[in-house]
Amino acid sequence: MVKGRQGERVRLYVRGTILGYKRSKSNQYENTSLIQIEGLNTKEEVAWYCGKRMAYIYKAKTKSDGTRYRCIWGKVTRPHGNSGVVRAKFKSNLPPKSMGGKVRVFMYPSNI
Amino acid sequence: MYHKRGIWAIKAKHGGVFPRHEPKEAPPKPAEKPPKYYPADDVRHPIPNHRKHKPTKLRASITPGTVLILLAGRFMGKRVVFLKQLPSGLLLVTGPFKINGVPLRRVNQAYVIATSTKVDISAVSAEKFDDKYFTKEKKKKKNKGESEFFETEKEETKALPQEKKDDQKAVDTPLIKAIEAVSDLKAYLGARFSLRAGMKPHELVF
Repeated sequence: MVKGRQGERVRLYVRGTILGYKRSKSNQYENTSLIQIEGLNTKEEVAWYCGKRMAYIYKAKTKSDGTRYRCIWGKVTRPHGNSGVVRAKFKSNLPPKSMGGKVRVFMYPSNI
Repeated sequence: MYHKRGIWAIKAKHGGVFPRHEPKEAPPKPAEKPPKYYPADDVRHPIPNHRKHKPTKLRASITPGTVLILLAGRFMGKRVVFLKQLPSGLLLVTGPFKINGVPLRRVNQAYVIATSTKVDISAVSAEKFDDKYFTKEKKKKKNKGESEFFETEKEETKALPQEKKDDQKAVDTPLIKAIEAVSDLKAYLGARFSLRAGMKPHELVF
């Protein structure tokens, strides 16, 4: 998050969409979320992103730590299926209202 | 089990007797006086831990003089020159300061992307820098009365000591010369890295 800086804004994360929780037809497992990362279309491409940290950022009404923005950290754990969807685990489970929302997938811990 | 361990073969080799060394001469221990005091309960001694950490293994793509991209922190996106790995495992890095505002700084390997661009770093000596150089100075705690309590808050911000500025200059001047020798490298280091639309990090070659 830009902390009130006037500097150049750089995007060092890949955008991702929260699809929902890991689930079967009538059971869902909220400890793991499914994320669609932009530009990923196959299971093989996901290998680069495994282990990368991600953050779900949302706004709240009250200020905490001087800001109204709050964040839930997590990481990419493994691919899900054949088409580039990814499983992710967060420090605390994502709230259901986050479905369809955005997540930032960072490029660290980096291995390049 | 006896047969499996082969003791019979060793015995046969040494004429029926298992070879024994004579115990080494132990240095004579000084006569210990019986302690004056025996504690009532057993005293627990912590198990001594003699393990020492090794610095993190440096990725093959990171060599002195490599241009790195910082991925997080105050200087995220900045392209920066790698100097050396410190004994703690962190990487010592410099902007150079005049080019992109990044001072001599420590950075963790995991938060860095190594590019294939290299700068000639032979003219720079980074020997004097180690982790102790970067530790924060401990604030002296004084017991103050109430009236003096308000005064100390003004002393919080300290200017950077002149010797650190000199160190920065000493490292940067030969580096900047080497950078200006390569065309466009100065502008490259001054620009920040950013992902744009359609850029996929897993397909990028750095």
